[in-house]
Amino acid sequence: MTRQGQTPLLEVKGLKKDFVSKGTNGTKIAHALSGIDFSVYQGETFGLVGESGCGKTTVGRVICCLTNPTAGSVQFEGKNLFQMSRTELKTVRKDIQMIFQDPFASLDPRMTVGQIITEPLIIHKIGDRASRKREAEKFLERVGLQPSYYNRYPHEFSGGQRQRIGIARALILKPKLVICDEPVSALDVSVQSQILNLLDELQKDMGLTYIFIAHGLNVVKHISDRVGVMYLGRMAEIVDADHLFLSPAHPYTQALLSAIPQPDPKNIPQRIILEGDIPSPINPPPGCYFHTRCRCCKDLCVREAPQMKQIGGREVACHYPLI
Amino acid sequence: MAPLLEVKNLKTYFFSPGKVVPAVDGVTFHVDRGEVLCIVGESGCGKSVTSLSIMRLVPTPPGKFVAGEILFDGEDILKKTEKEMCGIRGNAISMIYQEPMTSLNPVFTIGMQIVEAIRLHQGLNRQEAEQKAIKMLHLVGIADPKSRLREYPHQLSGGMRQRVMIAMGLCCEPKLLIADEPTTALDVTIQAQILDLMRKLKKELGMTILFITHDLGVVAEMAQRVIVMYGGRVVEEAPVDALFAAPRHPYTKGLINCIPKTDDTRETLDVIPGIVPSPSNFPQGCRFHPRCPYAQERCRREEPSVYTIGATKVSCHFPLVSDGAEEG
Repeated sequence: MTRQGQTPLLEVKGLKKDFVSKGTNGTKIAHALSGIDFSVYQGETFGLVGESGCGKTTVGRVICCLTNPTAGSVQFEGKNLFQMSRTELKTVRKDIQMIFQDPFASLDPRMTVGQIITEPLIIHKIGDRASRKREAEKFLERVGLQPSYYNRYPHEFSGGQRQRIGIARALILKPKLVICDEPVSALDVSVQSQILNLLDELQKDMGLTYIFIAHGLNVVKHISDRVGVMYLGRMAEIVDADHLFLSPAHPYTQALLSAIPQPDPKNIPQRIILEGDIPSPINPPPGCYFHTRCRCCKDLCVREAPQMKQIGGREVACHYPLI
Repeated sequence: MAPLLEVKNLKTYFFSPGKVVPAVDGVTFHVDRGEVLCIVGESGCGKSVTSLSIMRLVPTPPGKFVAGEILFDGEDILKKTEKEMCGIRGNAISMIYQEPMTSLNPVFTIGMQIVEAIRLHQGLNRQEAEQKAIKMLHLVGIADPKSRLREYPHQLSGGMRQRVMIAMGLCCEPKLLIADEPTTALDVTIQAQILDLMRKLKKELGMTILFITHDLGVVAEMAQRVIVMYGGRVVEEAPVDALFAAPRHPYTKGLINCIPKTDDTRETLDVIPGIVPSPSNFPQGCRFHPRCPYAQERCRREEPSVYTIGATKVSCHFPLVSDGAEEG
């Protein structure tokens, strides 16, 4: 989906990632990503959804250069991240930051909040000690914490507060792109909405672009402009968030949407129960990866993998889309 | 008929040197025969300790039942000896746990684990117990149950493991099934499968289920009645329709409003300010008052007593009336 007159901030093309494990039973290759394409535009929130094992976290990690892809490219502002020199990459990394899922594991328990938040500034040699402290305190306040927390340790804080610390650490470098990897799924329900609202506010104030990875579809729908639905290392559908719930085009999206429990006892949706489990990425089925669980599966689906097609303002990888 | 389970003023505290943690602090509720009662709450509200208390699985020490009684079929569980409890646990009351990976023993095949429970409680011989295990695995929708019996937990997926847990929980035809967040660790499509399965089994076997969750979507689908817990106490008890249509406690209302819905058009979500209080440090008076938008002086001083409005029981000085305004 190209937007007219706009070049994407981030362009992912044909991204593949295999994980090789050598065991006593020979070498196994897990195809975590088998050819992913999508673009993210300045100022938008791109949601990535899918069940566990679909590769959504791997996409985030590749974009952050935390792991190298097996094939394909990631263009950030027109430059391929994986053809850069180390120094070039370091400058770009300042622009791409990440917020992690588990606020208990992603903060070093032996560092103070101040050390955690100023560490990115130190690494990128920005400012002196005093200005770094000022900046950190400013960001603490910005994410809804008291500046006096500067000298405290992470264990003194609740999950939601720790997530705010993680957000401050990610934003202190004023990045262009922030990858949020399930930032609210470890939090209590009453705290989730606080963090979602905070992320929304910060996006508006700082002109951030988000890639929002989550498995909770209503959360993704709420925060995203466009949503990519992943299944077993491939993109099933890319669609505007508003259209996602109205008219899913891929049978997988449809089943995924119907599976969400709705907090409304009067309006329990007609459920499409998917049979079985997600196939293993070590030995994915031939043809369309979803055909083993698909209600609409036909001969062609077993033989041939569908290509991404543009249909009515969306992209769908299905031989027999629902619209 | 008397309810199957009656919990009266249960207080389960944990004691450590110089500190008392009132994890469950005066909880009263009942479960009728054949119904699904959901307990909703966030971390630290005492919902899991309540269920462990019913199973008498709270480690003592540090835990201690300070007050209250738990009547199961008219008999007080807290007065039973450990030996008597062994006859009840897994037999008349059984439990499905949250983590299907950690609650199965990795070094035994699933067959051995199911057969163990059946032989222990029903006195069947090995062959009979195995037949029964196959029947149960078939019932929970596991294909080719005979060969699955020989497999180890690590060979199964998360959804399969949870099915095995359910089969194990049901193999002695319990009168009460306690399900402690049985789908929280699972993906939505698998969650839908498991919830569907539990509904079907409930209809077929006429079970009574105590369902513990933090997900209001799951509550709306599973429950007939709901109790909402906060800070070790029950703040609201209502039939499921009434709870969603007209929440009476500000906490319940906040909880319902802060989750994004699929047909939402709100730009910003409603928020419950502040953080979930830690059980070791509950606030005075009404425990929700530091986060409550309607809190007044009285809420800081006095613990609210229980009011009945229609079918709802609410523990609040100023319960909400239907249009969201307060009542004096």
